[in-house]
Amino acid sequence: MRKGYLGIDIGSISTKGVILDEENNILESLYIWTEGNPIKAVKRLLKELKEQLDEDVEIYGIGTTGSARKLIGLMVDANIVKNEITAHAVGTTHFYPNVKTILEIGGQDSKIILLNDSIITDYAMNTLCAAGTGAFLSSQAKRLGVEINDFGMLALKSRNPVKIAARCTVFAESDLIHKAQVGYPKEDIIAGLCRSVVLNYLNNVGKGKKIEKPIIFQGGVSKNEGVVKYFREILNADVIVDSNSHLMGAIGIALLAHSHEDGKKRTLNIADISFETKGRECDKCSNHCEILRIYKDHTFIESWGSKCGKIS
Amino acid sequence: MKKEKKLGSITFPQMGDYAIPANFLLSHILHNKIIVPKKITSRTIELGTKYSPEFVCTPFKYTLGTLLEGLENGANILIQAGGGCRYGYYAELQEQILKDLGYDFKFYNLVVAGHTDVKRIYHMMKEIDPKFHVLKGIYYLLITKQMIKYMDDIDHYIRGNIGFEVEKGSFLKLKEEMLKNFSKVNNPLKLHYLYRKYKKKFKEIKINKPNDVLKIGIIGELYTVMEPYSNYELEKELASMHIEVKRFTNVYYLLFEKHKKIKQYLKNTKKYITYQMGADAADNIGRAKELCLDRYDGIIHIKSSFCTPEISAMPIISKVCNDYHVPVIFFSFDSNTSEVGIKTRLEAFYDMLLMRRKL
Repeated sequence: MRKGYLGIDIGSISTKGVILDEENNILESLYIWTEGNPIKAVKRLLKELKEQLDEDVEIYGIGTTGSARKLIGLMVDANIVKNEITAHAVGTTHFYPNVKTILEIGGQDSKIILLNDSIITDYAMNTLCAAGTGAFLSSQAKRLGVEINDFGMLALKSRNPVKIAARCTVFAESDLIHKAQVGYPKEDIIAGLCRSVVLNYLNNVGKGKKIEKPIIFQGGVSKNEGVVKYFREILNADVIVDSNSHLMGAIGIALLAHSHEDGKKRTLNIADISFETKGRECDKCSNHCEILRIYKDHTFIESWGSKCGKIS
Repeated sequence: MKKEKKLGSITFPQMGDYAIPANFLLSHILHNKIIVPKKITSRTIELGTKYSPEFVCTPFKYTLGTLLEGLENGANILIQAGGGCRYGYYAELQEQILKDLGYDFKFYNLVVAGHTDVKRIYHMMKEIDPKFHVLKGIYYLLITKQMIKYMDDIDHYIRGNIGFEVEKGSFLKLKEEMLKNFSKVNNPLKLHYLYRKYKKKFKEIKINKPNDVLKIGIIGELYTVMEPYSNYELEKELASMHIEVKRFTNVYYLLFEKHKKIKQYLKNTKKYITYQMGADAADNIGRAKELCLDRYDGIIHIKSSFCTPEISAMPIISKVCNDYHVPVIFFSFDSNTSEVGIKTRLEAFYDMLLMRRKL
């Protein structure tokens, strides 16, 4: 029997799973779309991971991170639930202990993490605007009729990227339509978009932050060669993109699950468990809290959202 | 009964626990009915937002919301006060908005153009209640001042220790009891006695506080700092993470200590600023430095969105914290803030502080 540790990173767009062994080597990994249903996505993720996994590996720790971390943590009986900033930092410093800057662009959010000796010293996360995130890029790819996977390659072909006003998604979109209507070639527009994502990121999330080498770029958007190119160009520095750059959060939380091992064995067989949440608005006072009740196998297990703590 | 009808019913904006001393003062010096503002709920802010200009800062929306709720409950005399920044013009604008909505009321602003004129306030009180007696007014004003001082003092102790209570809820339960008894006093001796009694009781509450706890200082715009609803119960959240919290801003500071303290802050931060920057901006820069020198683990700066003085202070606070290598995080709150986003950032801040401790 070998011990394994599962890390699940449930993002808005994609769900990532990684299983590590006791030496923290990656045994299995998987990247699937969340499709707006984290419960279903995680069920599928675990089912497929289980099929891939050697039979003698038993799971002794599960960690969850990402925007659905709390819910999924309950569902899979996680021994650790952590925010994505910490998870990303832990994952990255495992492979690059001397990293100074982590640039991360995901589906709905983007963040910057500054480190010193593997310790986070500063971080920031986008607040209001989704311009310069994966969701924005994929919606624009759709508009231009380009597969998101080809987006980066097309951008590299451009010799003359157009300038796109990237302050906010709405402005960027109308500017992009304008550029398309006046007849710019597709690859120039795409390259311009990639460039605008980088500029928007540096002007918003990276504002006032000292970006020092070594720099690592990760998250789903790091798979886009165009964005990587413009990061290198604008920062005038080498930007490392790991082959597992899209899995760093999941790796980080798996590492944390390992270090917080509690000796309890866990199962990947959750496909048959019914897990649902029911939301309602409480009418006991004028706060109108949104109460979420969570049921596992039709029995109530937890509720969230009550401000007064008296309602469940 | 007839007299009761003639006199108007008074309400005032809500902020933290301060409705208690405000009600104490008004109900003792005036014969009017006092409509104590209710605790802020999501309805308050919805109401306030609906009738406020979109880009006005959030405290305007909160206070307008509480005044509206007061009017709904039958108030026809509204008391507002303010100064320092845009806040100084709240009263006039709110009065106009409420008048335009068709409410019939009298509006009294304690602070006009940044000045509190004692004579003007005396006439104001006489107008609200012709039987207003000035000596009685001063007497209760002094008790109220003392009450606020004691409340703020106890709060200071609570913030430092509530994260470590053994029995959950014991601090807040005792505080509620204390405030209830405070509001019943009628002489300074009794108040002092109660304060001593409760201070002792608070110290007797069992806590499990290690020596090396994480310490965080909260600074920022005054209303957001003082009204827990408007900062999404930040202090409660920090307490649940077992963090010792220090906060400077309270009503006693603003009314009675600020004018002295600010000179000291300006002197201490000569390297960074020369002049005051409106509201509490300069104070917060001074406090940031103080927290850095006192070796706090981190600083949380909070403000309502569009708060101009604090926006100007933020880059300077960043610089101060950078110079002393103390992490700082900034939060802006308004009626559209996502609570989940705050939690994620706060959790990450906590993790970061813990990691830095290991350095």
